[in-house]
Amino acid sequence: MTDILTPAEITALGLSLRVSGVAVACALPFAFLTAIFVARRPLGGTLLGGIVHLPLVLPPVAVGYLLLVVFGARAPVGAWLDQTLGVRFVFSWTGAALASGLITFPLQVRAIRLALESADPGLADAARTLGARRFDRLLNITVPLALPGIVSGLITAFAASLGEFGAIITFVSNIPGETQTLPLAIYAALQAPGGEAEAARLCVLSILLALIFLSAGEITFRRIWR
Amino acid sequence: MSLEVFLRHKMGGFALDAEFATHGKVTALFGPSGAGKSTVVAAIAGLIRPRQGRIALDGRVLTDLPHLFVPAERRRVGVVFQDARLFPAMSVRNNLLFGWRRAEPKADAAAIARITELLGLTPLLDRRPRGLSGGEKSRVALGRALLASPGMLLLDEPLASLDAGRRAEILPYLERLARQENLPMLYVSHQVEEVARLADEIVVIENGRVKAQGPVFDLLTDLDAVVGVPPLGAVFEAVVQEHRPDNLSLLAFSGGVLTVRRVPQAAGARVRVRLRAEDIMLALKEPKAISANNVLACVVNAIRESDDEADVQLMCGSTRLVARITAASRARLDIKPGLAVYAVVKSVTVERGA
Repeated sequence: MTDILTPAEITALGLSLRVSGVAVACALPFAFLTAIFVARRPLGGTLLGGIVHLPLVLPPVAVGYLLLVVFGARAPVGAWLDQTLGVRFVFSWTGAALASGLITFPLQVRAIRLALESADPGLADAARTLGARRFDRLLNITVPLALPGIVSGLITAFAASLGEFGAIITFVSNIPGETQTLPLAIYAALQAPGGEAEAARLCVLSILLALIFLSAGEITFRRIWR
Repeated sequence: MSLEVFLRHKMGGFALDAEFATHGKVTALFGPSGAGKSTVVAAIAGLIRPRQGRIALDGRVLTDLPHLFVPAERRRVGVVFQDARLFPAMSVRNNLLFGWRRAEPKADAAAIARITELLGLTPLLDRRPRGLSGGEKSRVALGRALLASPGMLLLDEPLASLDAGRRAEILPYLERLARQENLPMLYVSHQVEEVARLADEIVVIENGRVKAQGPVFDLLTDLDAVVGVPPLGAVFEAVVQEHRPDNLSLLAFSGGVLTVRRVPQAAGARVRVRLRAEDIMLALKEPKAISANNVLACVVNAIRESDDEADVQLMCGSTRLVARITAASRARLDIKPGLAVYAVVKSVTVERGA
């Protein structure tokens, strides 16, 4: 592999995959619960649905700035997390994952919500009469019904997360090997004199990655829905 | 079983105020669409919480608001929904075992085999609900509810979404179930045919209120209770007297003997017989040269007449029959209560073993 990609490029690629993987995996449980709430509560659901869709329409730079305000080293939540749990987001790849997870959160919520809404609500009633309690129903009825949405949401969010730039660079800066994912590496290459060839290579790599995950998403989606 | 129900509930512009008690093995909850039948079922199952209510099954109180409301998942009341509601992601086998796995105590392996066999589900076990016909879905839903070992089974128009052919396919299963399983059932329907075949008792509900309740033998011939729900008809029990060599069977009942096409039941067996109101003609003198096999001597008990039709209630021995004739015929023959008449029965339906 080192024949095709430079070690720095491999680092950026690995970091991109790690940041996106952790971002969508950690966001999934929250996205699932949010989707259930949005699908089942007409009033509160609409409000919450609007709020979680904000990252989709806000400039990513604004999201990155808001993350700094909340999770920055001297910001209230950031300082508290650092002191009590020893968790730091700033200048760390975990911060990049947080930013990516937040930006792509609405994509997951939306996919799961659509799957839940197209499922028959009477099935949960049927499960109740058969003795299934709340958590049992969530696990054995609701999750299988939402599965196509969960899978397609995961894949779309992952692919979108690979391209996240603004929120990451604003929140956790552009540190090679720590927060420099592929888009940030492209940006860095373009800033350096004579880095255009490097940028082009990374750009092709990004395109290939996006194609792979989008088609994987399409295939899985079709297979589940048949 | 005994089931006591008292419900007061409001939903949108619809008010339910129903109270009934039943002791039948199969009770039909009967009434037109929109009468509140499904709301009653949902309340008994615990799927809705009525504003006011008390529901007790064999002395076990399930609802006694505002103090007590046993949640649906702990009621052990099985429900067969009109739309079957099979879980799409599971095979038929896992659908069937869904309630069984959560039941306490569980039915044993023999019971699983027996119910699977009774409902003809063995060839379907590895299939997905998506590929099943409507009738097959109903049978799976029925089996699934049964295997959860419920204390009672609620059937909410389980046949309503099926065409006549599929309906005829499921009815025998339900009959077998009613006879073989020792399980009280509340059968919701607006089809008098199904009610006549299956039910022991009927609760008639209309506009959210109980209009009448009682044994099926009485209620289907009650001129007031079943208003607006034609066809009226008599349902009663008879005993198979003998099978004649000419492929006919004789059925004895309190009003005499009926000659019918040969029935499969042995002599001495009790069967349920149905005489539709439209299938009975009335004559003042005993008709002799006539093709009908059955002419019964009766006395007119009561008459309810509308513009063009008259429902004439007859006593035949201690059995009540109803004949539907035109108002013009009633006037022409001057039929009135107390008059002795002959009921010419055009057709007899033997519904099932009683």
